[in-house]
Amino acid sequence: MPELERHSFDVLVIGAGGAGLRAAIEAREHGLRTAVLCKSLFGKAHTVMAEGGIAAAMGNANESDNWQVHFRDTMRGGKFLNNWRMAELHAQEAPQRVWELETYGALFDRTKDGRISQRNFGGHEYPRLAHVGDRTGLELIRTLQQKIVSLQQDDFKEFGDYEERLRVFQEFTVTELVKDGDRISGAFGYWRESGRFVLFEAPAVILATGGIGKSFKVTSNSWEYTGDGHALAMRAGASLINMEFIQFHPTGMVWPPSVKGILVTESVRGDGGVLRNSDGKRFMFDYIPEVFKDKYADNEEEADRWYTDQANNRRPPELLPRDEVARAINSEVKAGRGSPHGGVFLDVSTRLPAEEIRRRLPSMHHQFKELADVDITAQPMEVGPTCHYVMGGVEVEPDTGSSSVPGLFAAGEVSGGMHGSNRLGGNSLSDLLVFGRRAGAGAAEYVRAMAERPVVAEDIVTEARATALKPFQQEGGENPYTLHMELQQSMNDLVGIIRKAGEMEEALQRLEKLKERAQALTVEGHQQFNPGWHLALDLRNMLLVSECVAKAALLRTESRGGHTRDDHPSMDAEWRRKLLVCKADGDGAQVTEKPQIPIRHDLLDLFDRSELEKYLTAEELA
Amino acid sequence: MSYQGKFRVWRGDDSGGGLEDFTVEVNEGEVVLDIIHRLQATQTPDLAVRWNCKAGKCGSCSAEINGRPRLLCMTRMSIFEESETITVTPMRTFPIIRDLVTDVSFNYTKAREVPSFTPPKDLAPGEYRMQQVDVERSQEFRKCIECFLCQNTCHVVRDHEENKEAFSGPRFLMRVAELEMHPLDTADRVDQAQDDHGLGLCNITKCCSEVCPEHIHITDNALIPMKERVADRKYDPIVWLGNKLFKRS
Repeated sequence: MPELERHSFDVLVIGAGGAGLRAAIEAREHGLRTAVLCKSLFGKAHTVMAEGGIAAAMGNANESDNWQVHFRDTMRGGKFLNNWRMAELHAQEAPQRVWELETYGALFDRTKDGRISQRNFGGHEYPRLAHVGDRTGLELIRTLQQKIVSLQQDDFKEFGDYEERLRVFQEFTVTELVKDGDRISGAFGYWRESGRFVLFEAPAVILATGGIGKSFKVTSNSWEYTGDGHALAMRAGASLINMEFIQFHPTGMVWPPSVKGILVTESVRGDGGVLRNSDGKRFMFDYIPEVFKDKYADNEEEADRWYTDQANNRRPPELLPRDEVARAINSEVKAGRGSPHGGVFLDVSTRLPAEEIRRRLPSMHHQFKELADVDITAQPMEVGPTCHYVMGGVEVEPDTGSSSVPGLFAAGEVSGGMHGSNRLGGNSLSDLLVFGRRAGAGAAEYVRAMAERPVVAEDIVTEARATALKPFQQEGGENPYTLHMELQQSMNDLVGIIRKAGEMEEALQRLEKLKERAQALTVEGHQQFNPGWHLALDLRNMLLVSECVAKAALLRTESRGGHTRDDHPSMDAEWRRKLLVCKADGDGAQVTEKPQIPIRHDLLDLFDRSELEKYLTAEELA
Repeated sequence: MSYQGKFRVWRGDDSGGGLEDFTVEVNEGEVVLDIIHRLQATQTPDLAVRWNCKAGKCGSCSAEINGRPRLLCMTRMSIFEESETITVTPMRTFPIIRDLVTDVSFNYTKAREVPSFTPPKDLAPGEYRMQQVDVERSQEFRKCIECFLCQNTCHVVRDHEENKEAFSGPRFLMRVAELEMHPLDTADRVDQAQDDHGLGLCNITKCCSEVCPEHIHITDNALIPMKERVADRKYDPIVWLGNKLFKRS
């Protein structure tokens, strides 16, 4: 057995997207030796795919905007299931986090007076999204990446070593978290390039691994989104909440088949694009739910006036929260009014001049031209729902990002609570920054306050190595690609955008069988950069997390946000008071109910009582 | 409308390798990366390839298709004849790790050598004011997805391993230009471009601009303007005389 590579750090950050990098910057700025471990190359994380912008109530486009308005929008978007403290911190701190990016070198689009421009987005009362065309995620990731480099340059000047206090381990996968008693003591994983194993000793680990979309067939997520952080947290004893809430983004590409699911930014609608069915009708006017009737226009004239006069008109219904729009598109297609390839039409070509479209939506223009032969300045796009985001994740303490396991923190998509049952567009990038920073500070605080460092027991290494190598030692088993495709198909068909008890029970049966078959996988070749092996290991995480999703979804007998039950179509105020908590149980998941923390009074007072009556029980309002 | 496509894919590692022939199903609307994935799922489960977003946004799946540097995810099969054999090889300028995956650490080393954004000391977060027209020049360069195809194609390093030490390549010379043109950057980057990053080695053949999947005008908008600034500073006789007289370094 080759010598095991070992490293010791104060803080390990798993994941190098927006949350991970912001957490690493914070931990390093607190003076701690920090490592970032990421599955892809540095700078390629899924954050790069975010298009529309970062929501922050800076009030540059409309002075009436402030954190209270942003807080209200976020709670409404999540149908009041949100962790209100997270929504509060998020709304309050997002502007500072955006301004900070400018000091790192970010170049946002500008207003006429030279400030950061802000655009409209679904569910946001005012234009609120700081953006760079439709490639805001790229700007965010590159800016944070360059800030990390800048900190490394500082260390080079001071110590003669770029990596003295901040090191990035790229193309590295963590397979296990390591504990000393009940505390985190490190992590174990492998270099993708060589397949060699590495043990990290560290008292604090921040999970920033993103989402779980690769368990679904039609998704906007990249290969990395296999729920690693969710599964690592569960296996370490932490709990997940809200796993039944999955966001299906209303507008993914539907044709050609090879690009099905790729995201079409909400900015298309924010900038004036409209949805039409095969009869040419703007159908969203038929789908305004009762709770939003006073905020959304019920006719085209008013909706169109809103773009120039927001004070005197209600918003166009194309800008309803994503869950509403996704369900509406689904219904139109089911009713036979879909586009030729099973979506609906999203048209901006008749709404903006071609030059303006190319300026505001350059990457959408490029994407459709190159991948679908569609010129969006002249033709409508065909779009349909695509699995985009998981609202559920590690249950954390809002102020510090700490999980229930000492030393384990989580931030970004892998954490749960902030977005309740449905996330508003633009609230993800701001979430990454606000809670990435808080988790970095929380971990630093934890390490500072620690009396003695935990140690790593050697037998854990032997076990972790054996688990990782198992697929090589088995002969005659199935190919991991086959299992992955079956998993994706099952989740898509049975635990997808519209759910029924019988189908979810069937999904759980299938998951049990897949789990058994996954025990006997066979991987060909050797350990060096072997995608088949990587998938075999990721599959274990996808199966565990899928089980959480299906079990929680089966239990929640109501429809809310990213969880729609055909057999329980209405929202139930009693259910708002309950969270579903997933914990590991043997090699599976166990889901239990837990009461939701009541909303603080001063925050409740930000809403009209008539609005609260739509969401809260009479008992809560008394 | 499927057909059986003929592919020739380079397989091997740093100790050697060669092209292997495959016949794979190709469906309407697919890109080369779809075919590589189908090979993994059906014939060669351990075929190594880097990819992430499959939407031309992350710049991971760079390779050479029929000898031309391209993103695998943005190269549609419909540009080829059905009878054509399509050859897929790793980027040539970087060391091989395995199959289509190369060691691109050269680029990360070069990135670290470019001094970071240096904001004005007296400006607090939230106080930054810039005009759209002024940020647009640098914004064009910030569209870069770091696929490193420009670095791979640039003959200064593609054919001359010995230049790698002195030459940062189009990607990072463009990064220097981006910072130089940032309305609020206070560092002086003109001499650095020439002395530390090897701008003088670039002889503006525009190969980098041609392969850029983001269609950034690397040569015209970044490299040539930087060369002009260097020329103004270093080779303008009046500036030269002024520097001598007033002892500016």
